[in-house]
Amino acid sequence: MARMKFLCDAERCIECNGCVTACKQENEVPWGVNRRRVVTLNDGVSGEKSISVACMHCSDAPCMAVCPVDCFYRTEEGVVLHDKDMCIGCGYCFYACPFGAPQFPQTGAFGMRGKMDKCTFCAGGPEMDNSKEEFAKYGSNRLAQGKLPACAEMCSTKALLGGDGNVIADIFRDRALKRGKGAEVWGWSTAYGKPDKPQQEAPKGAKS
Amino acid sequence: MLLTRKSTSAPSAQNRLSRGLAGMLAKTIDRRSFLKRSGVAVGASASLATLAGRLPFNMISRAEAAEDKSAGGKLEVKRTVCTHCSVGCAIDAVVQNGVWVRQEPVFDSPLNLGAHCCKGASVREHGMTEHSHRLKYPMKLENGKYKRISWDQAINEVGDKMLAIRKESGPDAAYWVGSSKHNNEQSYLMCKFVRLFGTNNTDHQARICHSTTVAGVANTWGYGAMTNSYNDMQNAKAIWFMGSNAAEAHPVSMLHVLHAKESGAKIIVADPRFTRTAAKADHFVRIRSGTDIPVIFGVLYHVFKNGWEDKQYIHDRVYGMEKVKDEVMKWTPDRVKEVCGVSEEDCYKIAETMAKNRPSSIVWCMGQTQHTIGNAMVRAFCIFQLALGNIGKMGGGANIFRGHDNVQGATDIGPNPDSLPGYYGIAPGSFAHWAKVWNVDLEWLKKQYAPGMMNKPGITVSRWIDGVMEKNELIDQDPNVRAMVFWGHAPNSQSRGKEMVEAMKKLDLLVVIDPYPSATAAMAAMVRKDGVYLLPAATQFETSGSVTASNRSIQWREKVIEPLFESKPDQTILYLLAKRFGFADQLVGKKDGKQNIQVVKDEPVIEDITREFNRGTWTIGYTGQSPERLKLHMKHMNTFDVKTLRAKGGPCDGDYFGLPWPCFGTPEMKHPGSPNLYMTERHVMDGGGNFRANFGVEKDGVNLLAEDGSHSLGADLTTGYPEFDHVLLKKLGWWDDLTDAEKTAAEGKNWKTDLSGGIQRVVMKVHGCHPFGNAKARAVVWNFPDGIPQHREPLYSPRPDMVEKYPTHDDKKAFWRLPTLYKSVQEKNKNISKEFPLIMTSGRLTEFEGGGEETRSNPWLAELQQDMFVEINPKSANDRGVRNGDFVWVKTPTGAQIKVKAMVTERVGADTVFLPFHFSGWWMGKDMLDFYPEGAAPIVRGEAVNTATTYGYDSVTMMQETKTTLCQIEKYQA
Repeated sequence: MARMKFLCDAERCIECNGCVTACKQENEVPWGVNRRRVVTLNDGVSGEKSISVACMHCSDAPCMAVCPVDCFYRTEEGVVLHDKDMCIGCGYCFYACPFGAPQFPQTGAFGMRGKMDKCTFCAGGPEMDNSKEEFAKYGSNRLAQGKLPACAEMCSTKALLGGDGNVIADIFRDRALKRGKGAEVWGWSTAYGKPDKPQQEAPKGAKS
Repeated sequence: MLLTRKSTSAPSAQNRLSRGLAGMLAKTIDRRSFLKRSGVAVGASASLATLAGRLPFNMISRAEAAEDKSAGGKLEVKRTVCTHCSVGCAIDAVVQNGVWVRQEPVFDSPLNLGAHCCKGASVREHGMTEHSHRLKYPMKLENGKYKRISWDQAINEVGDKMLAIRKESGPDAAYWVGSSKHNNEQSYLMCKFVRLFGTNNTDHQARICHSTTVAGVANTWGYGAMTNSYNDMQNAKAIWFMGSNAAEAHPVSMLHVLHAKESGAKIIVADPRFTRTAAKADHFVRIRSGTDIPVIFGVLYHVFKNGWEDKQYIHDRVYGMEKVKDEVMKWTPDRVKEVCGVSEEDCYKIAETMAKNRPSSIVWCMGQTQHTIGNAMVRAFCIFQLALGNIGKMGGGANIFRGHDNVQGATDIGPNPDSLPGYYGIAPGSFAHWAKVWNVDLEWLKKQYAPGMMNKPGITVSRWIDGVMEKNELIDQDPNVRAMVFWGHAPNSQSRGKEMVEAMKKLDLLVVIDPYPSATAAMAAMVRKDGVYLLPAATQFETSGSVTASNRSIQWREKVIEPLFESKPDQTILYLLAKRFGFADQLVGKKDGKQNIQVVKDEPVIEDITREFNRGTWTIGYTGQSPERLKLHMKHMNTFDVKTLRAKGGPCDGDYFGLPWPCFGTPEMKHPGSPNLYMTERHVMDGGGNFRANFGVEKDGVNLLAEDGSHSLGADLTTGYPEFDHVLLKKLGWWDDLTDAEKTAAEGKNWKTDLSGGIQRVVMKVHGCHPFGNAKARAVVWNFPDGIPQHREPLYSPRPDMVEKYPTHDDKKAFWRLPTLYKSVQEKNKNISKEFPLIMTSGRLTEFEGGGEETRSNPWLAELQQDMFVEINPKSANDRGVRNGDFVWVKTPTGAQIKVKAMVTERVGADTVFLPFHFSGWWMGKDMLDFYPEGAAPIVRGEAVNTATTYGYDSVTMMQETKTTLCQIEKYQA
């Protein structure tokens, strides 16, 4: 069974927001809820780097550990999903997540958070695959259709890779090796670890 | 890199949760009651909660289409192409019950391999009806408010008013702005339509986008287009971007660029801004805006000094390089430093990188074109590539990225004030050629024009306001412009906005035909009470047709959905207006029992239009791309190689993807298209070629044809040769290679006017030669104001000392029908930088396109860029007491002031500020919401930078100067 992972190659990310829009479009996420976003460091100066961030579907997911109602579950493919019917909107997961992934649609007065919403790796939720109900609550279920997340599939420079961890690690390692031969490779290993790092099990709460 | 296995979408019986974690379901609360409440409310992330307060109300709920995703109904897949830039990204639109329910990336496309930027990923929004911000039905301005009217009333009233104006003042009183967002068929039909109306007063976005490129490049080596392709950049070993911010303007091109980089290519960016492209470069050089020529010559200085130029290539294929060299050697490092602020080390580094990593490629965009000397800047860059012998090489070339999705096609065969389809100038012979193709009586056509105006280039879109406002005795046509038609063109993309509203006020009639006509509509309603009509056009997803990407590849779009609301496709609107004007038959070529273009329910059949331009556009080889061949390519994209664009096996075997023009001869000749222009290493029937013989065979006794031995592979003629006509064919003894039928058609004709295609067939297929001849590229041109590119300061220069040394041109009296000022403006404003010390430049954002009304109406994109802003260096900001996020006034010498947010960043130097050009909907501090037609205001509105831009036009093409002017910034106080 494949273990699904995301990997963002900062050498390639150009902050075009293709992934963000692909996610919005595919899942019809409302204005203000950002399951995925692009973060840029050193904006406008030498060393500028961008990286696309969403739920990374961690192996040892902190959100799961802290959830008081146990609404999270993991699929066979390693995708971390949650059940909105159980979620009480407490926000613990938001504080626990190293990637800032959980989002809270505001539903009323007094700062009530509403049900948590986050990236599903385009794998829907507990409802029947590709049902109306599933789409309404969680968005698209592309995995059940044999497709990968829209964000990674549409990435303009193939910076964002999403899929079987071994496959994307291979792709990234190829690139890294290729760049390694050049004289002008700068900074990627410092920022994103050694080429073989993605091969390891998912980072344990590691920052990207 | 296809990671997926594809299957059709259908609800599967298995419950994912039960597979994932059995037993969890037992804990769930009453699902039915939850569903009732979960209509999905306003969203806000934890950190953006406050934002929700100012959201437009209609952002809140989901789109209708989503509701019946699982409701059954056959899923159909329609293949289309993104409409937001010239890369040409293919999209598979999934349609269910006539509703566009999702979009899938097309991994098979050799151009984009499934990749999209945010605009490409968002195009499905065009098919969503519930909260659409489109214009939904025809409207008319009455008493300052837009009121709904019927199509019949709209066509009748617009038609009658237009005819009345034509009768009173002649056809030149009307001005028709076409669009680079029309497909080829619509562009071509509009070009014809305007001529049948009897005027050359027509234009489109290319004027203000790459007109200087087209003129400069065509005059240098033959064709005004990108020489290679995005894909071919994978073969480059060094790439120099100057005046191009590809990472934001053409994001998917970076797919190929970054691939090249990973294969070892060196990336150089020279720009006034540290752009996102610069962030990916190996070497960034900051230049003073408007000083591109000294920078290029400063680099070329080191090329010549070190003997890195390709001497054999220059000898064989370039005219006038010696003279250019003399000029270049005057640009010593200290002089370059003085003018542009670029050091000797930087220039040397660029020269060395480009020379020692050949093939090396160059990229330029609006940063070079939009200047009063844009024509000279682009030629300087061409000369640089000629010196290194990079043109006509894989991995080399001049990769000029076009802007709109079909701006190349509209330039090639669309509405232009100085040419008919295929760059046939507006000379009598060209009209005769096209009248024959159109099946229109030439004498009738002549009578449609005002006397003496048929062969005079029209006013350009950059200057239409002067066509309205200029004193009548000073313009080179009888009437002033009285009626204006904006047909798919934003007003806020043209400079001098403050004067534009005055022109709008003065017009008798303003017609806007667009899916999103709101910027023009709002500006007009601000200054008028009546006389404005808005007609809803369909988008490119609601019609079919061909579109030419920047690399000259032509793709075919299938119709995704039926036109939404009451919108109609442009070809239908053209036909309806033509009916009203009384030339519907001419529009569709109906004469003598023959009809070129069939019409179904007032809609001219798209494929028939394609076939018509196939029959006439011999100059640039738009003849081989029949609808059948194009559709076959779209179906078999997977058979094309990504690096070479060539099909290996399959039904398109040997073709290059999209039959990049020139695809010479008839479709039956099966020319494969030309992926890289002027490539002598290939046979002409393999897409090879050489430089065009368009300027005679000699100049002042110096040979202009290619030297002996320099020719395309396998050519029967191994020397330089002129372009082919019936005389040359006979002289060479090739005449009898023509069939009898071809002989009849070709008699008295040349390769451009022989409608049988026989001359092209014999020259290419039988003798391996190029129909347009084999000549040298021109480093020196004699038909431009500056034969050798010269640096001239912008009209509003921050450097009075430089104005002394490098003054602009003299004023021109009648240039494209209008007086055009240079020196008088520059002299008057020589010391204006004391008052307006900051260089103001403008450019593009990834999220929006062009004037931006369409993309700012798309919630997914609008959310990403909600404010108009100005990038200002921390030093300049601090000197003015401005902090990041503050509102500021940007004031310019026109007296305009715009209220925008300050983005304090070192992306710009302390002497420069940058503003994006996609905003409109605010007017000098005020929101124009009240002036929009109801429900058609875009979600995000802001000040248009062009409200504040100043006067200045290119000395060849009338390109507007938007990249270098001056401003002052003050903290906003309410």
